[in-house]
Amino acid sequence: MGELTSLPRLLDRNATRFASRPAYREKELGIWQSWTWAETAEEVEALALGLLGIGVEAGDHVAIVGRNRPHFYWSMVAAQCVGAVPVPVYQDSVAEEIAYVLEHCGARLAIVEDQEQVDKIIEIKDRLPALTDIIYVDPRGLRKYDHTRMTSFAKVQADGRAADKARRSALAGRRDVAGYDDTCVMLYTSGTTGRPKGVVLSNRNIIETSKASAAFDKLTEDESILAYLPMAWVGDFIFSVGQAYWCGFCTNCPESTTTMYENLHEIGPTYFFAPPRYFEERITILSIRMEDAGALKRRMYQRFMKLAARVGPKVLDGETVNLWDRVKYAVGNVLVYRPVRNRAGMSNVRVAYTAGEAIGPEIFEFWRSLGINLKQLYGQTEAAVFITQQPDNEVRADTVGVPSPGVELRIAETGEVFYRSPGVFVEYYKNAESTADTKDADGWVATGDAGFIEDGTGHLRIIDRAKDVGKLDSGALFAPKYVENKLKFFPNILEAVVHGADRAFCTAFINIDLTAVGNWAERNNIAYGSYQELAGHPQVLAAIQDHVEEVNRSLATDDMLSGCQIHRFLVLHKELDADDGELTRTRKVRRKIIGEKFHDLVTALYDGSERVSTETEVTYEDGRKGSIKATLEIRDAKVMPVEAKALEAAE
Amino acid sequence: MNAMAGNYTTLDGRKIGGVMMEMKNITLKFGGVTAIADISFDIHEGEIRAIIGPNGAGKSSMLNVISGFYHPQEGEVWFRGEKRPTMKPYQVARQGVARTFQNIALFDGMSVLDNIMTGRLTHMKASMFSQAIWWGKAEREEVENRAVVERIIDFLEIQHIRKTPVGRLPYGLKKRVELARALVAEPRLLLLDEPMAGMNVEEKEDMSRFILDVNDEFGTTICLIEHDMGVVMDLSDRVVVMDYGRKIGDGTPGEVRTNQDVIDAYLGVEH
Repeated sequence: MGELTSLPRLLDRNATRFASRPAYREKELGIWQSWTWAETAEEVEALALGLLGIGVEAGDHVAIVGRNRPHFYWSMVAAQCVGAVPVPVYQDSVAEEIAYVLEHCGARLAIVEDQEQVDKIIEIKDRLPALTDIIYVDPRGLRKYDHTRMTSFAKVQADGRAADKARRSALAGRRDVAGYDDTCVMLYTSGTTGRPKGVVLSNRNIIETSKASAAFDKLTEDESILAYLPMAWVGDFIFSVGQAYWCGFCTNCPESTTTMYENLHEIGPTYFFAPPRYFEERITILSIRMEDAGALKRRMYQRFMKLAARVGPKVLDGETVNLWDRVKYAVGNVLVYRPVRNRAGMSNVRVAYTAGEAIGPEIFEFWRSLGINLKQLYGQTEAAVFITQQPDNEVRADTVGVPSPGVELRIAETGEVFYRSPGVFVEYYKNAESTADTKDADGWVATGDAGFIEDGTGHLRIIDRAKDVGKLDSGALFAPKYVENKLKFFPNILEAVVHGADRAFCTAFINIDLTAVGNWAERNNIAYGSYQELAGHPQVLAAIQDHVEEVNRSLATDDMLSGCQIHRFLVLHKELDADDGELTRTRKVRRKIIGEKFHDLVTALYDGSERVSTETEVTYEDGRKGSIKATLEIRDAKVMPVEAKALEAAE
Repeated sequence: MNAMAGNYTTLDGRKIGGVMMEMKNITLKFGGVTAIADISFDIHEGEIRAIIGPNGAGKSSMLNVISGFYHPQEGEVWFRGEKRPTMKPYQVARQGVARTFQNIALFDGMSVLDNIMTGRLTHMKASMFSQAIWWGKAEREEVENRAVVERIIDFLEIQHIRKTPVGRLPYGLKKRVELARALVAEPRLLLLDEPMAGMNVEEKEDMSRFILDVNDEFGTTICLIEHDMGVVMDLSDRVVVMDYGRKIGDGTPGEVRTNQDVIDAYLGVEH
């Protein structure tokens, strides 16, 4: 069997050791279908032989475009079996974005899901001279297409199964040459700043990271996970491929992208990852449902959730809780917590992670108080995910944990976080310049995030993107994202943009959350005709003002960031939108563009005016443009006095 | 191209078979009102055939004649080479004709799955007794029928609403559920009464794709009534144009578009 230095070899091991245990499940035609590790090995082998039949060479790049399905996970490993490099691509990318990635990596073959993806590739075919073949999984609608260089997944596998001895021995030869430092996978960064970059990760990166992180959380072959996050994202590759292959646990694929909640409930995974927004959304749905529930249920829910907030996290961490509270918590568990966990598909969760953004302390505590071991981690594509993570029983909302096993951390003088680990990427593909900018000769990688290591606990705290951190006129530290996150923790606030770099004080744009505020308006008989009208409603403004002042109060107690209190704010008349270029596709605020586009509003925030008239261009979904006119009210928020000590600390 | 002659090939290369259904000199009257006056046309195996016309032209009446709901006073309906005797709609359905309705006709309180299952009614043969004790044939049939239903649910991408009561669905999805119910009957001829009415652009695009896919994947012959001219011209192989109960045009979209009578009917004539 040899050493476990590649995923194909891990697959061999699993096919023997876990032969009859499930490796993949997918819901098809309303029923969960499953494949054991032995069956998976057979499927992958058939596909790999088929790829040899098509003429895929060692070192070729194979693009994979589709939602999470066993077929695409097999495709990645089959590509590795023939010595090719799998390149998963975000399946909702437009043709232009796919063209860039495929052109950049020089993909020889694309394995895609359906007609939609085939159409995109055909649209850009002229720009991709290296791309010779397309394999599709779902044949629907493709009957009339030119099939000279296009085959169905099933046919490729059938061809592979019928392969002769020569081809089989050729495959064996290809599989055995893969070394520990050869490329395992290439993943493109989402490209918040400029073009996406192809991050090359070696077998060592993936396997060492998987091994260490699995040990950290004691993951075993008994875990089961739901694979629903994009396959092109490094997290999915580590959780659903790296760790799954290392531990031998089962990866479950939802029926479709829209059935994720239902499928989660059916599967009840033991190991779960979701971005903070997901945990927030589930609470919103739950609270809306509870408001519609009967009086008894509502009272019971409120009562026991109050108890949970007080003792739940302590029970989870095994701290001492008095007996009476323990008894009450046990009753609550039967009546409330267990049903809520079950509805959320979290009945069996042993380890849950969230990452990517700051999570609201209330949201974080809510899930933990229910007895769910929700933790935070901090990671990057360049690190094969793990940089820091929270150990069990050392979990807090405001840190991202201690360095993962094998990771070294360093904070530069500028405050930027650097790390070094066995998971550190090999290079940016065909981009030596960027590689050199990010990774130095000793293997230290710049994260681009500013943070500090907390005294005493050794936990890392992230403040903001290093390039966004600035100074106010007074010299006080200005960290806009930190403040924006605090604002966004209120359900009424969807998005916030804080200004203040090189200014006398901080101000903010605020976007209301139409679901939460609309629901509130409905319950309070407040009529509104449009988003704009609701956003400008005096009662809404008053509620937002309360939130802003609440944030100011909490900032005033922070030694480093007390200067970031918001003096003036306005509620925007339109939702910030990726179609208008104000957000990235992953919903991150584009500060510079917003600052330029709404410069009249920013001016008004600083010149003391009480209202401002503005006109904004908007792009509709079909690409047409229109404009919105509005007069916005600017409000002053109460600023809390800061103790002298704090001012000094902020320099 | 003489489309009426028999087999032909469409512009996009699909082979269209012989005549599947032929309407011969149909006249339908309601008391003194003539809804359809002496109309003849045919529908070929595997084609997408549209019936268009201004409001009150008699399109829906025509569809109801095909589905056996109305019985014309004069004229003959020929189906697969045989003259069709006067039939009840369920008998027509058994022959392999399924339809959707202009104003959605689903059971609001039932789940999407149950609604679609009703479309398999013509395929259920087990006795009431066997159904009641849930054994043998009844159980086997249920499994077979469910498999067909699930394939269509997958085809129309409505897995996420499988268990949702229809009453809670938005309009566009209800239309899709109705199409699903018609499709699970595995019809030879599918009648669609204004499948795009009241939809937004995106829903129309989805529905158009489904109609084309149904025709392509299952080889189902489709006869549809539609107001949206863009949709009709893009989707259909041949078009019948009606006005005040008469046929004023028949041919490929290109031919119909340049037909002077059709232009007059749609744009009006100066008197």
